[in-house]
Amino acid sequence: MEARADTTTNAGQLLAAASGGRRQWGDRIFSNFSVAAAVTILALLAGVAAFLLIQAAPAITASSSELPGGKSLIDYIAPLAFGTVLAATIAVILAVPLAVAVALFISHIAPRRLLLPLGYMVDLLAAIPSIVYGLWGIFVLGPAAVGPMRWLEEKLGFIPFFEGPASVTGRTMLVAGLVLTVMILPIVSAVAREVFSQTPRKLQEGALALGATRWEMLRMTVLPFGKSSIISGAMLGLGRALGETMAVTIILSVSGVVTFNLISQANPSTIAANIALDFPESTGLAINTLIASGLVLFAITLVTNLAARAIIARQNIQ
Amino acid sequence: MNPTLESGVLPDWSTYGVVAASAVLAAALLLAAGAFSVALLLILTVLVAMVVTYTWSRRVEGPRRAKDRLVTLAIVAAFGLALIPLLSLIFEVAKRGIPGLSIEFLTESARGQIGGGGAAHALVGTLVITGVAALISIPVGLMAAIYLTEYGGGRLGRALTFFVDVMTGIPSIVAGLFAYALFALFLGPGIRLGVMGSVALSVLMIPIVIRTSEEVLKIVPNHLREASYALGTPKWRTITKVVLPTAFAGLITGMMIAVARIIGETAPLLVTTGVVDSINSNPFSGRMQNLAVYAYSEYRTPGVFKQASYDRAWAAALTLIVIVMVLNLVARLIYRRYRTEIR
Repeated sequence: MEARADTTTNAGQLLAAASGGRRQWGDRIFSNFSVAAAVTILALLAGVAAFLLIQAAPAITASSSELPGGKSLIDYIAPLAFGTVLAATIAVILAVPLAVAVALFISHIAPRRLLLPLGYMVDLLAAIPSIVYGLWGIFVLGPAAVGPMRWLEEKLGFIPFFEGPASVTGRTMLVAGLVLTVMILPIVSAVAREVFSQTPRKLQEGALALGATRWEMLRMTVLPFGKSSIISGAMLGLGRALGETMAVTIILSVSGVVTFNLISQANPSTIAANIALDFPESTGLAINTLIASGLVLFAITLVTNLAARAIIARQNIQ
Repeated sequence: MNPTLESGVLPDWSTYGVVAASAVLAAALLLAAGAFSVALLLILTVLVAMVVTYTWSRRVEGPRRAKDRLVTLAIVAAFGLALIPLLSLIFEVAKRGIPGLSIEFLTESARGQIGGGGAAHALVGTLVITGVAALISIPVGLMAAIYLTEYGGGRLGRALTFFVDVMTGIPSIVAGLFAYALFALFLGPGIRLGVMGSVALSVLMIPIVIRTSEEVLKIVPNHLREASYALGTPKWRTITKVVLPTAFAGLITGMMIAVARIIGETAPLLVTTGVVDSINSNPFSGRMQNLAVYAYSEYRTPGVFKQASYDRAWAAALTLIVIVMVLNLVARLIYRRYRTEIR
């Protein structure tokens, strides 16, 4: 791509030289517009950080007695950050193996004529608005999960995650995590599928020619080739799950506790859900506090996404 | 038995046969245990089928083939498991959304309606907010993509690529807070406007527009550009008359998919456009309702008739899904019908 850009620029320069060393006025205007668009986007992003900082500043400098709940800003945000990371972690742990299987199925196992409709279905899953997932979670998955969660409490109650008492409404961290799983599944599997299908044919056919079964071929060529893409896909999914708002807002019944108990009625909230719940009714310093928590969320997702991009970039160099 | 060339192979019908037999066996087991349910039946069927396939194949074909069959079955089962939520979601949204859909739902607002009224105000709001967001994002995003592919290179290009990646990861609620922070600084706290929602959505939409447009512009072959230069065409005419028309179908498809991605956003609008009952089509004055926030608030604060409110929330969800599906389908059709064959 670099090389191509170079040749076109050269051609442009040659052309400019041919027309007497001057570029036409149309050319100047057009290229200025495109540069302006690029600069606008950089300014927009700088604006996001700057305006959030400006609006968060009063909460950062205020004393803890002025803040909502009379706690310091760190004590206010820490349980929320814990809930955010917990819900996203559940989603990633459940979604990654499933996404790899889905990607392998679509890229190597499904009959060829099913490819288009299957790809379309996965894309559709990614396009469904999060509010719809939220309604589905609270009205369909939650009630359906009450029985299994009671079973988990009875049989696996000795594990801290399933300590109980099991919720009777299904508005638990586990259900929120499951809905997030469904939401990030298409993202993770799209990244993995992309790379799986780029595995060099000669490697795959070489393995088959040496007598490997299909699974041995997948395990020895496709999976090693796609390893870093699985990791980066998982990180992208994690970033998405960390920032997901509506599904968690609707499903979780929150009480501000910090607990690993996934199936009880009392759950930690997440940063995004807390903003969505409290923002419409807040005024004054409470708004600044919420914006400060949003800034923390921004920072967490930023680090996650940059890590994912770094992994992808390293793989591209190889 | 050694897996030599003479060793056996399972008959063609074995896969389907084993699954069918396992289903029957699983059903019998569950009925005998008195704990029959569809979910348990599916789980048990898969488990039984895996055990049977593995043992049978191992005896006839040897351990390596057996493992291959086992893993294949597991992958297919995992794929089926991933499909269940999608099917359930579409089925439930259709089932619960249709009772709330009516002519009234699409043509009347909720102003002064004790029973709840319709969602016309939300529909209008969704179209206006998304339309303004598209008006902001598409020109900026397209020009930036042209900069990256046609003028490219340099530090600005690299910075742009990097920061577009960063922008892709901005959580939608943070985009909403940004729009609020921006407008609150100039217009005072507590401000709610339709255009604030559009600005928030633009932050989410611009990176999608750039990514998809860049992909499409990149595959326009270079010899077309060079042929145009050879005829003495200036660069900007080459871009507008050769590059963009060649990529036209792909660009339109990308824009429609970008719109489909943001039209259902709830969180950024919840903090920027507010909740209101009457129709407001002016993005620069007053609160503005939209479908996603409407669905949320009908669920969150149901009216006197709780079930009717829930019906309306589902109807709004169904309307959103239909809009998203239609946008996706039309985008694909346009791409198939009008794309330029590039050789």
